[in-house]
Formats: sequence, structure tokens, C-alpha cells
Amino acid sequence: MTATHEPAAPVGTDVDTDPATLHPITITVNGTEHRLRVEGRRLLVDVLRQDLRLTGTHTGCDQGVCGVCTVRLDGRTVRSCITLAVQADGADVRTIEGVAPDASTLHPIQQAFWEKQGLQCGFCTPGMVLRVQEILEENPTPTRAQVREGISSNLCRCTGYQFIVDAAIEAAAQMAEDGS
Amino acid sequence: MLAGGQSLLPMLNLRLAEPAHLVDLGPIPDLGFVRRERDRLVVGATARQSAVEHSADVRALVPLLAEAVEHVAHPPIRHRGTVVGSIAHASAVAELPCAALALDARLTLLSTDGVRTVDAEEFFTGPFSTVARSDEIVAQVEFPVAGPGTGQAWSEFSLRRGNFPVAGAAVSLTVADGRIVDVSIAVCGVADRPVRARAAEQVLRGAVADEETVERAAAATTSGLAPRAHGDLAAHILPVSAAPVPGWAYRASVARAQVRRAVTTALTRAGGTR
Repeated sequence: MTATHEPAAPVGTDVDTDPATLHPITITVNGTEHRLRVEGRRLLVDVLRQDLRLTGTHTGCDQGVCGVCTVRLDGRTVRSCITLAVQADGADVRTIEGVAPDASTLHPIQQAFWEKQGLQCGFCTPGMVLRVQEILEENPTPTRAQVREGISSNLCRCTGYQFIVDAAIEAAAQMAEDGS
Repeated sequence: MLAGGQSLLPMLNLRLAEPAHLVDLGPIPDLGFVRRERDRLVVGATARQSAVEHSADVRALVPLLAEAVEHVAHPPIRHRGTVVGSIAHASAVAELPCAALALDARLTLLSTDGVRTVDAEEFFTGPFSTVARSDEIVAQVEFPVAGPGTGQAWSEFSLRRGNFPVAGAAVSLTVADGRIVDVSIAVCGVADRPVRARAAEQVLRGAVADEETVERAAAATTSGLAPRAHGDLAAHILPVSAAPVPGWAYRASVARAQVRRAVTTALTRAGGTR
């Protein structure tokens, strides 16, 4: 293993460089504001899962490849496993727990995943739903090819993607009908 | 130094880098700009790849940059990743260092000692290595605005959509009176850093670009390049052998094909809509 970064030059004593130092951050998650103190090295996904107990966001590869940790940061899908919590200071974060309108109603995208069997084991599903939500916001009437291109950022090892594309197309049609 | 973190955070998670200190450029105001300054397009240190991708200015002024950035990973990565950060990371297989080299981009390095500018040609010294000192940040990168008669193109081949390419080619050329009067070609994936394909440029410069000439230029792409050893670090996306990669001979043949395609596309664009 090779690390190519040189050791940083010494910094003045006025800069606190202890990795255990806690940094105050404020993040709004699914509409609720949280004031937290986190280590500089702490990942956003770990704050969501461990500190806020929002375990719908999953951890997979820890290197930004698989997409199961997808959340929306100020509206845009990002990998929460390669985003530090301190980088999300002041941001609006949306997770899968914030997608459904209430505890007994599924969002049309979730409903379509249910009806079209767009999931099997479910591990990739939170990330897929958030990604499909963004794709449909950018283009409410995507082609199958555009959906495939759009979700190519997220890995699914069960479905072969066919039913996920079906679900996205169904959700687009349903949302157009609902005017949502 | 942390800009978008889309290269550094995986390295931290995998414990490939264990820096004593990490400085986040993110909160610094006024570094996220993408703006025209006379005959240059200037991109600031924290400008996101997605902002550059969707900028009408970039598409009109430096089309090669706009086309190359579309091939960087996937939208969720481009929402966080920065153009300047990717160039500073200096992967030998990545799109943006290669595009910067073909475009004769100029980098501004900033430290408490002052400011200096470095041409892309001198910036890259090896895989994940540059002339930037550890106390310097790359504050901005300037790209020359494409002039009349100029056509640009990016072409790459990757094993899966959004992956780093096996090899890729960046081309910018200018046609006047049916002849190629100026041309620059850079390739990634075939050396320890992005490299200019000087021999291919020489074939094209001053030539009337017919199919046969383009073929000869493409064939010259890798002449003079030393073959890389099997399992070569320079072919990896992170500074570790994470997965098997195609051997050099194959990557070289892919590079030649990408040069042929990119030159052909650039010629069409140079003679077409401009």
C-alpha cells in the first residue's frame, strides 16, 4: 500500500489538530434540525445511522462505488460514505425516512417499487428510490434508456435492474397522473 | 486538502492516506466560480463538476472540458467532486488531468509564501504526484477559450459506464483553409501520467485531414512511450492494486482507437457548426 501524500507541514499552536476534537455542526435531516458535535473524521453516513439512528441509509463499499449510502444533500444525491459530517454543516439532508408523506402512505416511487417488484433483498433500495426521485425531478418523462443511464450510479445485485426500471417508469406515469 | 473529497475520502476510508491534518477548502467563500476572463475560462478550486457540466458558458467556450467532465464517474459523484480537485489528484487514467493537458491549461498554486502559475505540461510528475508542494493549494485552473475554426472532442473506453477509462483521448484542433493549422492531443491510461501524443500531433499539423492521415496519426499515438509493467500503479484509480487491470499493450491499442475517434469528431466539429 502506498500513500503518496507527504506529511503536512507543522501548523501553529492556535490550530487544534487532535483528531478526537469535536466540531459543532448543524444539519437539518428530513426537516428536523440537529445540533451535533462530531469528530472531524466522522462520516455523514455514520452520523445518520449511529447518532441519529436513521438506519434506512445503508453502508456498502465505503469507497463511493455502490450507492447504497445515497442521501440528498441540499437537494442533490450524494454518497454519504465519502462525505464527512463536517462537510454537511448547515446543509439540508433528506434520507429514505423522509420520502413517504406519512407513516401509513408510500410515496408514488416507493409504491411503484412495491408493485413492480423493484427490489428483492432491499439493500440497494433506499439509494435507488432517492436516485429515481432525483431523476424524475430532472426529467418527469424519462425513457427506459435514460432511467438506466441515471441509475447506473447505484449497484443492485438481485434484480438485474429490469424491475427497477419498470418501477421508475410506472412511478413517472403515476406522478404525472397525480400531478405531483 | 479536501475539496469535494470524492478521491480523498475513499483513500481515507481504505486507510491508504493517513494525513496528520486535513484542511477543508469547502467553507472558503468565492472559490466556487466558473467565469470568463478575456480569452480564458477560469474554474475555482471548489467549483463542482456538475456545475461545470451544466454550464452553458463552458459548453460554448471550452467544449472539450464540458464533454470530458460528463464522463467522470456518475452524477452523485459529480455533485460533490470538483474539477480542480480531480486535476490536483493527478490520476494517470482520469479524464480531467488529460483534458487539462490537451487544453494547455494553467494552474495557480497558492501558499502562504505567495502565488505561482504552472502549465499542465509541467504539473503532472507521476501517478497521484504533481509539482504542488504540501503547503500549496491549486486555487484555480485557466483553460484557453476555443477560437474560430476549432473543434474539440473527448473519447474514451471504459469497462462499465462511469468507470475510469482503460484509455482516453482529448483532442483540440483548428482548421483553416482545409488544413489543420493547430492541434493538441493528450491521452490517459498509457503512461504514469497523462501525456501529449506529440508524434500524432506532428502527423496532423499542416496536413489536409483525410481518413488516411487520421489513421497514421492514431497509429503514432503511442510511439515513443515505454510499455508499463503488469499491475502498474499508474493504471489504477487509487494508489493501490485494488483490482486487475488490462495490460499495457491492450490499453495502448485502446488509446490509438480513441485518438482516431476523437480526431475524427473534432474535425467534424471544426468544419461544422462554428
